[in-house]
Amino acid sequence: MSSFISLNGIQKSFKDETVIKNVDLAIPRGQLFGLLGPSGSGKTTLVKIIIGLLNPTKGTVHIDNQTMPSLKLMQEIGYMAQSDALYSELTAKENLQFFASIYGIPKKKQKQRIQEVAKIVDLTDHLDKTLEHYSGGMKRRMSLAVALLHQPKLLILDEPTVGIDPVLRASIWQDLKKLQQQGTTIIVTTHVMDEAEKCDNLAMLRDGYVIAQGSPEQLIEKSNTETLEEAFLHYGKITYE
Amino acid sequence: MRVRAIIKRIVQQFLRDKRSIALMMVAPLLVMTLLWLVLDLEQYDPAIAVTDVPVQMQDLLEEQDATVEEMSSAEAEEALQDKTVDAHLIWDQDQVKLTLEGSDPTASSAVQQVLNQASKQMNPNTLNMEVNFLHGSTDLNLFDNIGPVLIGFFVFFFVFIIGGVSFLRERTQGTLERILATPLRRWEIVIGYLSGFGIFIILQSIIIATFSIYVLDIYMEGAFWSVLVITFLLAIAALSLATLLSAFAKNEFQMFQFIPVVIVPQVFFSGIFHIESVGWLEAIGKIMPLTYGADALKEIMIRGQELSAVLVDVWVLIGFSLAFILLNILALKQHRKL
Repeated sequence: MSSFISLNGIQKSFKDETVIKNVDLAIPRGQLFGLLGPSGSGKTTLVKIIIGLLNPTKGTVHIDNQTMPSLKLMQEIGYMAQSDALYSELTAKENLQFFASIYGIPKKKQKQRIQEVAKIVDLTDHLDKTLEHYSGGMKRRMSLAVALLHQPKLLILDEPTVGIDPVLRASIWQDLKKLQQQGTTIIVTTHVMDEAEKCDNLAMLRDGYVIAQGSPEQLIEKSNTETLEEAFLHYGKITYE
Repeated sequence: MRVRAIIKRIVQQFLRDKRSIALMMVAPLLVMTLLWLVLDLEQYDPAIAVTDVPVQMQDLLEEQDATVEEMSSAEAEEALQDKTVDAHLIWDQDQVKLTLEGSDPTASSAVQQVLNQASKQMNPNTLNMEVNFLHGSTDLNLFDNIGPVLIGFFVFFFVFIIGGVSFLRERTQGTLERILATPLRRWEIVIGYLSGFGIFIILQSIIIATFSIYVLDIYMEGAFWSVLVITFLLAIAALSLATLLSAFAKNEFQMFQFIPVVIVPQVFFSGIFHIESVGWLEAIGKIMPLTYGADALKEIMIRGQELSAVLVDVWVLIGFSLAFILLNILALKQHRKL
């Protein structure tokens, strides 16, 4: 199976600091792929390069056999940024309407989709509130709703569950699994090990390097450790010794 | 229509922000009114101390609304020192001596004008002139004269602040980057922004022009709609400049730092002061949008010209806006190459 997303020799430097160092990734269609790494390891930068918001200094990104950035592909990607990039003066519904129009969802279908995504993130009762009155967790869920709105083939979620309580977090992960079953490819960044375990495949990121790749089981097995956390530390050591 | 979605969103956002609406719509009126109060005053009536001046002359001076006080030279000197009089006139045999307090040019020229008028009447044989005005009238005062410039300036200033900060906020709160992660094209964002704000800009132009012309009764010879066209073009230039400059500011504070650098100098070069005599000063004015807007407004309001007479100004303003818009579309490349 040819991969849906492929990163070849990606490098990114800001001025004289290189934050992504020669990253190769291949993600097959329909996978739930995790980018695991501590803060500052380059997860967000890598994700922005994949979606086309940052140009890599070296290397190329291909999605579905097309070179990024591509406006046509943007239509197929749902993106949830690490910061909640929403309009706080507007109500949740107005935010969703705005993004729905941007993605060209027809008027009739907009209503239906807004109800559907609101239900997924459990905000149905709060759609008419302005986001100024939303809590941090609610805004996070709202960002996720925006990303899901246009039924993208590829979902890129940058730390989607930060600030979300455990009950809702579990239900969001359930929904992600459900979307995956429907054929959506999902890339999730996280620094939480128990979330990483839910992914089909992982890339462990440290200081801009991919220090290990594989399914959570493989990574634990190969490193002769008991948990992902230990595995992460193990691979980190190998790389730096 | 993605541009329409942006316009709709900006209108929704702006309508929720009552204070910014007030700043854009009401604040210029307040400032115009204050300036009108200050600049539209009747002319200054000087106080003159006189020593040994013939009664006939004293009467003539008083006819010119000057306050005349008879005092000795020593007293007059003290009065000048205390600024209770503006000038001291001594009639010493054949010699007439005038001492001006001199620290206030308005008072000094008022004294000289009063004396001119009085001496003309003392000696009717001097050249008797009939004065006619091609434009304006004797009633054209300072407010009428710089009013058109002020209208242009306040439109420019308030649009710059509000447009610049709101586009900057898109950058700082991440929404600009977020909408660049959609299929939106860069030009759609810029055009959507300009159009969304354009609605409020038209409103603002109408309000400021109506208020200045019909309430403050500023001198107005030309057509009202011509004034609107110019203020609108000026506002679009301000908005496109502000959104462009916001790319070079990290936060609101840095945005405001552009005001003394970009906005304030424009006032000096836009026709309030006469700078025609210094070539390089005039050249600086030539690169500032307000120069053209103010020139066109003056031509229309004071000299009663048609839009067709200020076509150069119109095209230059459009050119400025187009240049700023294109540069802005390019500047967005820092967020997304495509």
